[in-house]
Amino acid sequence: MEVPILKQGAVLIATFQAALSDADLNQLRMGLVQQVVKFRSRAVIVDVTAMDVMDSFASRTLREIAHMIRLRGAETVIVGIQPEVAFAMVQLGLTLEGVATALDLEEGLAYLNEKFKTTS
Amino acid sequence: MPRREGTPTPPDPKRTEEPSELLRELVAHLRQNRTQLREEWVVRITETRLLTAMTKEEIFAEATSVYDSYVEALETEAFEALQAYARNLSERIIPRGVETHEVVGIVLLLRDVLARSLFAKYQNDFKKLNRILDAYEPAANRIANTVAVGFVQERERVIRQQQEAIRELSTPVLQVRERLLILPIIGVIDPQRARQLTEQLLRGIRTNRAKVVVIDITGVAAMDLTVANNLVQTVEASRLLGATVIVTGLSPEIAQTLVTIGVDLGKMNTVGDLQGGIEQAERLLGYKVEKLAEPR
Repeated sequence: MEVPILKQGAVLIATFQAALSDADLNQLRMGLVQQVVKFRSRAVIVDVTAMDVMDSFASRTLREIAHMIRLRGAETVIVGIQPEVAFAMVQLGLTLEGVATALDLEEGLAYLNEKFKTTS
Repeated sequence: MPRREGTPTPPDPKRTEEPSELLRELVAHLRQNRTQLREEWVVRITETRLLTAMTKEEIFAEATSVYDSYVEALETEAFEALQAYARNLSERIIPRGVETHEVVGIVLLLRDVLARSLFAKYQNDFKKLNRILDAYEPAANRIANTVAVGFVQERERVIRQQQEAIRELSTPVLQVRERLLILPIIGVIDPQRARQLTEQLLRGIRTNRAKVVVIDITGVAAMDLTVANNLVQTVEASRLLGATVIVTGLSPEIAQTLVTIGVDLGKMNTVGDLQGGIEQAERLLGYKVEKLAEPR
């Protein structure tokens, strides 16, 4: 199942569905990294609200996406991590260091707007 | 049937009484001398300074009922009633601060007082004394055992109940400003409570849409490595939900623990006291608190 990537102004938004295969995640990673330069986006928001489990591969992919996007000159915000998922992740040591996080899509956009204001 | 303990008696051809008959005789003797033996026992209890938490009258009243239950248990060898009595007694005296050694002590004293009275009664018939003691000792030991176990079980039940109560003491997640939560933690944290706290906080962050959380641990004197790690995990999990955590009120001991486990201080935002923590949280949220006038 392919993850749609939506363009909203200077931000790309990708919404995870439940039960993504590893191949889907790889595809998403490549898609985001390509499109962020193609659309000259300033930031990427990855919404994981629908994910009620986060395995190590998904977590590592998220971190890789964030770091690759950074190298491509934009910023990443992960939004919508469920409380149970967050708890499970830290217990597994998957803390997404160096990656911005926000409560939900709205918060993520607010965070980026604030950031754009101060940097532009 | 209780196994016989104590000195094994050589086979005695003249032996006529069954152990149960002996016990019956014994019980009759104890019933007859109830007043005197009970008083002697109470004197011994006071002399040994047991049950200091109770008044003389209370000791006497308890001693009477313990004595009767004891004799009854000897007679019927039905230990269920005694067990129930021991539990009931423990329920009453545990809140008074009676210790395990005191309960075991008084039961052993009673055993000795009664054994002495048997010595006195049968001192002229050594063989009979021997047989009586053969019947008496296992039963008496079993009674002492039952009472002690009953007391300890009751004590453990009380402890379990209290632990439960402490656990259920809700640790409130409080909203003090829009998007600012406070989590005051008081008392001892064990791994189970730490886990519960984390889950409560994460749910609170989600429902209150919090951006900043102040965790105040002024009321926590010390924490072990596991719990300190749990605290760090709580901070990290909150960040995954997009909330910044400020930890306030770390005691020197906890600071020591955190340094020992090598916490990444870049991840932990700490302020000395709760007031400072709230002030910093307000700054993060863009609040500016101004004093409008001197308080009257």
